Amino acid sequence: MRKLLLALGLLCASLAPALAAPPTTLRIGLREDPDILDPTLSGSYVGRIVFAGMCDKLFDYNTKLEIVPQLATSYTYKDPTHLILHLRPGVLFQDGEKFDAAAVKATLERDLTMPGSLRRGQINDITSINVIDPLTVEIVLKQPDSPLLAQLAGRPGIMLAPKAIASEGRQFGLHPVCAGPFRFVSRVPQQKIVLEKFKRYWDAKAIHFDRLVYEPIVNSAVRLANLQSGALDLVEFIVPTDVAAVEKDPKLRIAMDDALGYLNVIFNVGNGPEAKTPIGEQAKLRRAFGLTLDRQALVNAVYKGLYAPVAQANAPSSRFYIPAIQPPKRNIAEAKKLIAETHVPTPIHLTLMVPNSPDLLQVAQIMQAMAAPAGFDVKIQATEFASALAAARAGQFQAFLIMWSGRADADGNMYSFLHSGYGFNYGHYDSPVVDKLLDESRIHQKLATRKAIYAKVFAQVNEDAPVIYLWAQKNIVGLKKSLLGFRQVPDGIIRVQGLHFAN
Amino acid sequence: MSATAVTARPAARAPSPFRLAMGRFAARRAALLGLGLVALVVGAAVFARLIAPIGPTAADWSAIRLAPSAAHWFGTDEVGRDEFARVVFGARASLLAGVVSVLIASAIGVPAGILAGVAGGWTDAVLSRIVDAMLAIPFLILAIALAAFLGPNLRNAMIAIGITTAPVLMRVARAATLDVMTQDYIEAARALGNPPWRLALRHVVPNILPPLLVQSTLAIASAIIAEASLSFLGLGEQPPTPSWGAMLNAAQQFLTQSPWLATFPGLAIFITVLGFNLVGDGLRDALDPRRAGR
Amino acid sequence: MQGQGRIGARLAQAVPTILLLSVIVFGLQQLMPGDPALIIAGEAAGDPHVVAQIRAHLHLDAPIALQYLRWLWGVLHGNLGYSWRLDEPVTALVAQKLPVTLQLSAMAFLFAVVIGVPAGVISAVKRDTVWDFIANGVGLFGLSIPTFWLGIVLILVVSVDLGWLPPSGYVPLMQDPLRSLATTIMPAFVLGNAIAATFMRHTRSAMLSAMEQDYVRTARAKGLSEPRVVLRHALRNALIPVVTLGGLQLGTLLSGAVLTEQVFGVPGFGKLVVDSVFNRDYPVIQGVVLVTGALYIALNLLTDLLYVLINPRLRAA
Repeated sequence: MRKLLLALGLLCASLAPALAAPPTTLRIGLREDPDILDPTLSGSYVGRIVFAGMCDKLFDYNTKLEIVPQLATSYTYKDPTHLILHLRPGVLFQDGEKFDAAAVKATLERDLTMPGSLRRGQINDITSINVIDPLTVEIVLKQPDSPLLAQLAGRPGIMLAPKAIASEGRQFGLHPVCAGPFRFVSRVPQQKIVLEKFKRYWDAKAIHFDRLVYEPIVNSAVRLANLQSGALDLVEFIVPTDVAAVEKDPKLRIAMDDALGYLNVIFNVGNGPEAKTPIGEQAKLRRAFGLTLDRQALVNAVYKGLYAPVAQANAPSSRFYIPAIQPPKRNIAEAKKLIAETHVPTPIHLTLMVPNSPDLLQVAQIMQAMAAPAGFDVKIQATEFASALAAARAGQFQAFLIMWSGRADADGNMYSFLHSGYGFNYGHYDSPVVDKLLDESRIHQKLATRKAIYAKVFAQVNEDAPVIYLWAQKNIVGLKKSLLGFRQVPDGIIRVQGLHFAN
Repeated sequence: MSATAVTARPAARAPSPFRLAMGRFAARRAALLGLGLVALVVGAAVFARLIAPIGPTAADWSAIRLAPSAAHWFGTDEVGRDEFARVVFGARASLLAGVVSVLIASAIGVPAGILAGVAGGWTDAVLSRIVDAMLAIPFLILAIALAAFLGPNLRNAMIAIGITTAPVLMRVARAATLDVMTQDYIEAARALGNPPWRLALRHVVPNILPPLLVQSTLAIASAIIAEASLSFLGLGEQPPTPSWGAMLNAAQQFLTQSPWLATFPGLAIFITVLGFNLVGDGLRDALDPRRAGR
Repeated sequence: MQGQGRIGARLAQAVPTILLLSVIVFGLQQLMPGDPALIIAGEAAGDPHVVAQIRAHLHLDAPIALQYLRWLWGVLHGNLGYSWRLDEPVTALVAQKLPVTLQLSAMAFLFAVVIGVPAGVISAVKRDTVWDFIANGVGLFGLSIPTFWLGIVLILVVSVDLGWLPPSGYVPLMQDPLRSLATTIMPAFVLGNAIAATFMRHTRSAMLSAMEQDYVRTARAKGLSEPRVVLRHALRNALIPVVTLGGLQLGTLLSGAVLTEQVFGVPGFGKLVVDSVFNRDYPVIQGVVLVTGALYIALNLLTDLLYVLINPRLRAA
C-alpha cells in the first residue's frame, strides 16, 4: 500500500511541471462568422481579425496608423515604379518552411493570378516580383501607386507558406499555413475557430497564450452575455447601447477609439432609369436632403452619441482626415430655399434602401422624420443585405444607406466609391474632375500632397452630393479588466502580440 | 335531377347540426375564451385609431426608449414612437397576414385537394408528389426564400406564407374528399350519372367544409407566427408601419435596457395566436366530437 | 402482405418527390435576388473585374438547366459540391451540423412528450373541467408563443439575470456531455414546447376514444381505481398511435430548428441553412434541403411502417 502511494506520489511529482503552467486560452468574440480563411479569397471584415492571430503581413499599422515593419523590415523606392523590400531574417512558416523572397513572390503571384482572387484589384499595378537575394525583393509597377504600401499592410501583405499553397490549391483556406503567432488547429463554421501557439514564431516572446479561440456570435445581446458570464475574454465589437452595461461590470472594461468605418447615403445619380428622378438629377435637392439631417441628434438617439459626424470618407482617426471639412448644421429653411430654387413641387419622393439591420433601420426612420418638414416624402425600403447589394449594383435604388468598414489609406475609402466605372460607385457618379483628382492622388507619395488633392475631391463631392457622409464609427472593444497589454488600432483588428492576463 | 341530389344527401344532417355544433362549442369554456381573445384583437385592429389616438408612426427622436408611464402606457420605442399605439396598430398587419395568407393557401390548396381526391389516378399522384416535395422543405426556409425572391413587404410575406401553407390544406382537403367519396350517397349520385365536377361542387365541397374550417383556423394561428418570424428576420412589413415581428426584431438589441420593447409585442402575438388555436380546437370538438383532437 | 406492397410503393414515390424537391429548391434560388459573386467578393467588390471573375469561376453565367444537371451529376456520385463561402465540401458541413440538430431535436421531442402527453391525459380524463382548461392552456402555450421570443426571454432571465446556463454556443455531446446538455437544454425546451400541443391533441383524442372502449369499461366494472384504469388500460393503448404519429413531428422539429438555432446561436442545420440563404451559398442550401427532405421522407416512411406493424387491422387492410 505504501509502495503504491509512493508510486502515486512520484507520478504526481513527474506531472507537476506540466500542471504548474496550465494552458492559457484567449477567447475572442466576433460579430459574425468569417468567410473562407484564405487571405487570397477572403472578403469579410471579421476574417481580417482572425488572420491577425494567424498570419503576419509584410507591414502592419501602429496605433497611430503609421505603417510599421512586420515581415518586411524596411522598404525603399528606387524610383516611383520600383519598390525594394528588405525581409526579416530567421522567420519560419508554421509548417517549418523558411520565409524568404521566394515566398513573397509566390504569395503575391498567387494573389495576382488565382481565379477568383479578391486581392488582384488591390495590387494589379504590380507587373513583376523579382527575387534579388533571399532577403530582398523588388516589386515592379506599371505606374506609380502610392496606396501599394498600405495594401501590403492589409490582406495582400499576408505571407503564405509556398509549399502549402502549391499542394493545397483552393483547399488552402481549410487549413491555412502562415508565418503568424498562432497555428490553425480547427474550425467549425458558425461555431469557433481554434488556433494554437506557434512555438517557433519569430516574435514568440510577445505571445502569452497557448490557444486562441474565435467565436462568432451574431446577436449583440448574446455576445455581451457571453462576455459578462466570463465565457469570452474579449469581444471585438460591443454595440454603443451596451457600453454602459459593460462599464457597470466590475470585472470588465471598454476600450474605445475612433474607427475608420463610416456610414453614408449613396444616391443613384446615373445608374439606369431609377436615376431619372428629380433627386437623382438635381444636386440641390440632394444637398437639401442633407441639410435636413441633424447628424448629432441621430447619433445621440441611435448610438448614444458616440459616433463622430463627418462630411468626408476619412474618419477623424485617419491620417488623411481634413479637420476643415465639417458637416453642415441642420437647416430646414436653407433646405427649403434650395428646393424652391429647383422649382420641383413638394413633396419630393425618395425611396431609401436600407439593409435590414436594426440600427440602420432606426437611423432611416429618424431620417425620414427629419426630412419631412422640408418637404421630403421618404419611403424606407428595408432590404435583406444580399438583395440590397445586388439592387445597388443593378441601379435598382434611389438612395442607399450603407456603411463601409474603412481603410487606413484614404484611397481605400475613396477610389472605388467615387471614381467612375468602379464597383462601389453604386450610383454611377461620373465627374471628370473627381476622376482626374483621384488618379492623380495615386501618383504622389507625400501625405500632405495627397491630402491637398483629397480636399479638392471632397469640395467637389459635397457640391455634387452623390453621397452624403453621415458619421464615422468607433471601435468599441469589451474585455476583461485582467486582460492587459491591449493595443487599440483604429482599423479595429485585434493584435494578439503583447496581450496577457494579469497574474 | 335536383330531386335525386336531395334524396342522395345523408338523412342524418337534417336535425340542425349547426345549432348542435354551436352548442358544443359554447359548452367549452376554452373555446369561448379563445373567441374572446380573437374578438379583442380584431377590435384593436378595427378601432386602432380610437384606442391609440397618438398614432403608431409619430417619431420623436428626443424621447426614445422611455419606460412605460401614464403618458406612454407601454413606453416608447427606439425611434421615440408610442409603443402602445404600435402594438394596437400592429394587430392589423398580424390579422391581415393570418387571414389573407390562409385565404391564398385555401385558394390554391383546396381546389387541388378536391381535384386529387375526385380525379384520383395520375392527377392525384402528381399533385401528391408536389405536395410531398413542398412539405419536405422546412417551412420557414421555403417562406424565407419566397419572401426574399418577391421582395420584403407585407403583401409578399402573405403570398409566401400562403404558398407554403397550401400543401397542408391540400392534404386535408384531399383526405376529406376521399372520405366523402366512399359514402353511399356519392355512389348513388355517381350511379345516377352525375359528372365529376357536379359531384365535387354539390356533394364534396359542403361535406369537407367542417374539417377545412378547423384546419384554416389553426392555419391562421401558424400564419400569424410565420409573419412574425419573417418580420423578425426582416422580410415582412416595411417600416414605419408597425408589425409585431419587426418590433421584436428591433427590440432584440435592447433586451436588458428596455425589456418592455420585447415584452408587449411578444404578448400580443401570444394572445392572438392562442385565441385562434383555442377557437380552432373548440371548432374541432364541436364539429366532430368523435374525432376531436385528431 | 399488402403492407409490404404499400411500403414498396412509398419507397418508389420517394424518388420523384426528392427529385422534385431538388428542382424546386434549385429554381427558387435562381429566382432569389442577390448576386452570390457580390457576397463572396465582400470588401473586394469595388473591383468589377473581381466580381466578373468569381461569376465565371462559379459558372454563374451558365444556363440554369446546365447548372442543375452539373449539380445532379455530382449528387449521383455522392458529391454535394463545395460551399462557395467556405470552399468546404457540403457533405463535410452536413456531417458536422446534422448531429447537432438531431441532438437538439431528440431532446425537444422528449420535452414535447413530457409536456404534451400528461396535458392530453388530464384534458381527456377531466374533460370540460377547470383541469381540462389548464392542461389545454399548457399545451397551447408552446404553440402560441413565438419560439424566437421565448428564446430571447429565456436567455435574458436564465442566463443573464440568473446566470444558470450559458446564453449561447454549443458543446458536442461526445466532448463534454454535461456542458453539451447545458448548452442545448434551453433551445430544446423552446423547440419542444412548440410541438407539445400536437402531442396534447393526439393524446387527448386517443384517450377519449380509449376511455369508451370495452376493456376500459370492463376494468372499471371490476372495481379498479380510476387512476389505475386511466394509466394501466386507457393510456397504454392510447400511447401507441400517439408515439407513432409523433414520429412525424421529427420533420416539424427539423424545420422549427431554423429559428431556434438562430436565436440561441446553436451551430446546427437551421443556422447553417439560414446563413446560407442570406449569403447566397447555393450549394449549401441545396445540400441541406436535400438531406432534410430525404430525412423527412424517410421518417414518414418509418412512421408508416411502424403504424402497419403496430396496428394489425391496417396490415390486413
